[in-house]
Parts: sequence; C-alpha cells; structure tokens
Amino acid sequence: MDIDVKKIANLSRIRLTDNEAKELAPQLSSIMGYIDKLSEVNTDGVPPTAHPHDVAMPQRADVVTNADRRDALQQPAPRTESGLYVVPKVIE
Amino acid sequence: MSWEMVIGLEVHCQINTKTKAFCGCSTEFGAEPNSQTCPVCLGMPGQLPVLNDVAAKKTILTGLAINANINLESKFDRKNYFYPDLPKGYQISQFAVPVVEGGYIDIPTPDGEKRLGVTRIHMEEDAGKSMHEGLDAVSHIDLNRSGIPLMEIVSEPDMRSADEAIAYLKQLHQIIKFLGVSGADMEKGQFRCDANVSVRRKGEPFGTRTEMKNMNSFRFIKQAIEFEALRQIEILEDGGEVKQESRLWDSVKNESRSMRSKEEAHDYRYFPEPDLPPLRVTQEEVDAIKASMPELPNQLRKRFETEFGLSAYDADVLTQTQSLAQWYEALVAAHPANPKQCANWLANELLGRLKELNKDITESPISAKGLASLLDRIADNTISGKIAKDVLDAMMESGKDVDVIIEEKGLKQVSDTGAIDAMIQEVLDANPGQVEAYKGGQDRLFGFFVGQVMKASKGKANPAMVNQRLKELLG
Ligand SMILES: [Zn+2]
Repeated sequence: MDIDVKKIANLSRIRLTDNEAKELAPQLSSIMGYIDKLSEVNTDGVPPTAHPHDVAMPQRADVVTNADRRDALQQPAPRTESGLYVVPKVIE
Repeated sequence: MSWEMVIGLEVHCQINTKTKAFCGCSTEFGAEPNSQTCPVCLGMPGQLPVLNDVAAKKTILTGLAINANINLESKFDRKNYFYPDLPKGYQISQFAVPVVEGGYIDIPTPDGEKRLGVTRIHMEEDAGKSMHEGLDAVSHIDLNRSGIPLMEIVSEPDMRSADEAIAYLKQLHQIIKFLGVSGADMEKGQFRCDANVSVRRKGEPFGTRTEMKNMNSFRFIKQAIEFEALRQIEILEDGGEVKQESRLWDSVKNESRSMRSKEEAHDYRYFPEPDLPPLRVTQEEVDAIKASMPELPNQLRKRFETEFGLSAYDADVLTQTQSLAQWYEALVAAHPANPKQCANWLANELLGRLKELNKDITESPISAKGLASLLDRIADNTISGKIAKDVLDAMMESGKDVDVIIEEKGLKQVSDTGAIDAMIQEVLDANPGQVEAYKGGQDRLFGFFVGQVMKASKGKANPAMVNQRLKELLG
C-alpha cells in the first residue's frame, strides 16, 4: 500500500524530514497491511461496531456545575491578556 | 435554454441549554472571556465528555417538528482539524449516524405549497472565538463558546431560487422559535447558514457547487446566493469551469470571494468518538417528546384561517411569533363577537403603533383585555371606529382604562335623535345650494352631508344614525 506520509504528517501537524518520511512509509504500510487482514473476514449481516463496550450513553442533567476557575485554568497557557489566550496570528 | 439555480442549505443553530454539550459550564451570552470554561471544553488531556440530555431532547423535538425519522441509536464522531479556537484538535459531531434523518418543510411559493427535503439533523459542539482585529502578530482566543451545543440542519438541494431558500430559512427559523429549542438570534450567531449553490441548464444534471460560508442575515443570504449563481453562469457561458470551493460573502463590497483554504483542510478524517458510547433513546421517550410539542406555525395559521375566518395574510402576520398568536387568542377570548375585527385592530392598529415605539407585542403597554374593552365600546356604539383610534392612542400613552378616557375626553358617541337632528338641520341650513342640487337628483351629494354632520359633531355622532336621519330629513 502506498501512503502519502507527508500529507498525513501535515494534516496532523507533525513536522517530518524527508528521511523520516522515507523511513516511516514502509512501517505505516505494514501496519495498514495488517489491518487489511480484517477485510478478509466475511462480515455480511454483522452490524458495525459503534463502540467496544455495549453500553448506552450516560447523560447529564442540564445544570451548571462549573464555577469560573479561569485564573487556575490559564496557568499553563504560554501567554494570556485580559483573560484571553494569546496565540500566533491566524487568519483564514 | 434558461439557467436554473440549485441550492442546498446547512443551518447551524445553537441549542438553548443552560450548560454546554459535554460539560457543566454555563452558556450565558456575554460573560467575561474564558470565564465559562473547564478542563473538558478546554481540551485538557484525559477529560471525558458527558452529553447534556436537554441538547439531545431538543434535537429530537426539532426532528419531529419537521416530520423526520428519529434514529433510536445514533453515534458521535470526531471531525479533525487544527485551529486555535478548537482546543481538542477535533470537533465532536455526528457523522455516520445522526439522531435525525429524512424530514421536510413546506414553504409557500407563487405556484402553491412546495415541499423541501431535510436530509438530516445532527448534534455537534461549537468552537471558540478567534479575534484578529487591531492585533499585529497575534490572535486572541475566547473559549466560552467552545463546547456549546449546536444542531446542524442539512437540507436536500431542493431550492430553485434565492426566494425559496429564504422562505425555507424563515420557516425553519420560525419553527425553531416556536419549539423554544433555540434563541435563534441571528445577530448573536445562534442561527447561521451555509449555502451550497450551483447552476445548470434546466433538466440537466447538477453542476459543480460552491459553498457560501457562515451567513447570519436573510438579506445577505439572498444577495450572496444571487451573486454566486450569476458568477457561475458568467463563468460557464464564457466556456469556463466552476471550481468547487468555499467562499465568503463580503456584505460591504457585495461580492463573494474564495476562502483559498487548502484542499486538505477538508480532509477531516472522521472516526468514531471513542469517549462516547452510542446515544440510545426508546420509542416511548420519543413519543413523550412528541406529546410535548407545541402547535407549530403552519398548524396555527391554518387554524386561524378556519376557526376565525382570517385571510391567509392576516393569519400569517398573527402567527409570526408564539407570543403574538397567544395575544391574539386572548383578544378573541375577551371579545369573541368579531375575530376578524380583532385581527384588524391587532395587526394594523396596535402592531403599527408598537412598531413606531420600536416595541414588540410582549412590551405592549395595553393588554389583550384592554384592547378587547375598546372593541366592546365600538360594538355597543359608545364610540365610532374612528374615535376609537384616538382612544387607543390615549390608552397607550396614559395606560388608562378605555371608559375613563371616553369620559374624560367627552368622546362618547352621540346617539340621541334630537341632538343628531339638530346638527343635521344646522348643516342643511348652512348649505341651501347643495340641498337644492341634491333634491334635483345629484345623489352623490349625500356623502357630502354625512361628512359635514360628522365634522360638526367632531366625529362623535353615531354614523349609522346620521345616515338614517339624513335620508329621512332630506326626504
Ligand atoms: Zn466546560
């Protein structure tokens, strides 16, 4: 299987050198080949698995339970200003 | 052969819940930046989402209101992309199996009612807000909106004009307001629309479409669709090809422009959300939600037409909002003799005056009972309809009772034969020439006499009696 490692890396925001990409391509291909074994199984009439555990989703009541902890939560942020996170400029 | 537009719409609508989709943070609008966040909606490692049950119920209710199927088991997926206002690096959404599928909305068109398909409604979470304005090398991020529950309502490509698209959106907007599932305030971004637009020669297969992103005004949406269709027609007539892309509507320049985002930006690599098991609801739960459904605008319109004999136009005006429809029903309950007159006075007189004050019906200074008592005074001939308009002005200004105003201003209608006869005689004496002409066969002068008598009475004479006595006295 041919995998465009550079494209996947880019989508995942992982920086790879050409050498790293070259090294990873066969490794990823072999993983994909392993997963491809699954398609050899006849799954006619088997419903797709949505989740490994056969449980229904627990739900919460619509009640506010979180107080404002902005100062504590912003502690790890590299930079904030007047309560806003400051990040390198992004424009569409 | 002429060109035809093909339009499909995606509406993102904020579900009005007290808390976010997957955590207990408040959704209150206008709070201090980042004051309504927690490790879940900030995307901290190891945090687990738990679905808000009201968000699910309101999405199901919306599905039922557009005659759709409810999937008793639906699933959540991750939509992966990178942007600073999306702290997890993915948005939790429903991709493979949404909770609602296959509904429709009927819209009025010049050729009668048209049925427009709704493909699906799925739940998802909103992203945060990025701010760039006035900043040099940085952007500011507020994550209060991150994780707020949305439903995305996706239509079939069934609209063939911008007007049909707007009719669909208005109908959907109204249904959502009636259901109370969203504030649907467009200025606050609680109801925003993406439009997929393509053109084709009538009868041919669909052309390549472009997507106009994130519009939140009916006027802009109409302009954007019409501009985009024309742009595509020009390209095709010049022998060119329409490029499939996302475009932004610039409402200042009145033109659309390409968002120039890289193709891979649309490679969202959806996969099942491992943190959330399937959402299961029982048929009994769906039935209970259905039983809680209020009367919808279309049903209300039809009932107003049949039950109260209103014109389609009046029924439409009076069902624009639930509070207006309820106000009208309260008015009819208090003055049941003439529902049509109730509609006229509410739609034309009261709403007109409220509009001048920049108020809606919920802010009306007079109650439905108050307006009903005014209509009672017209019905029992205490005042004429013309005087009643002045009384309404006075009621709105002073908040006083109708009878108090009639008494204070001496507006009581004159229905006393003697007094009316005296006024008529005065008018006849003052206009001998016209009397002569009338008797000579100029019947049209009758209106002139009525007008003169009404004027002499300052509008207070009972018009029916003036007519009757005039006929008798003119012989
Ligand atoms: Zn939160």
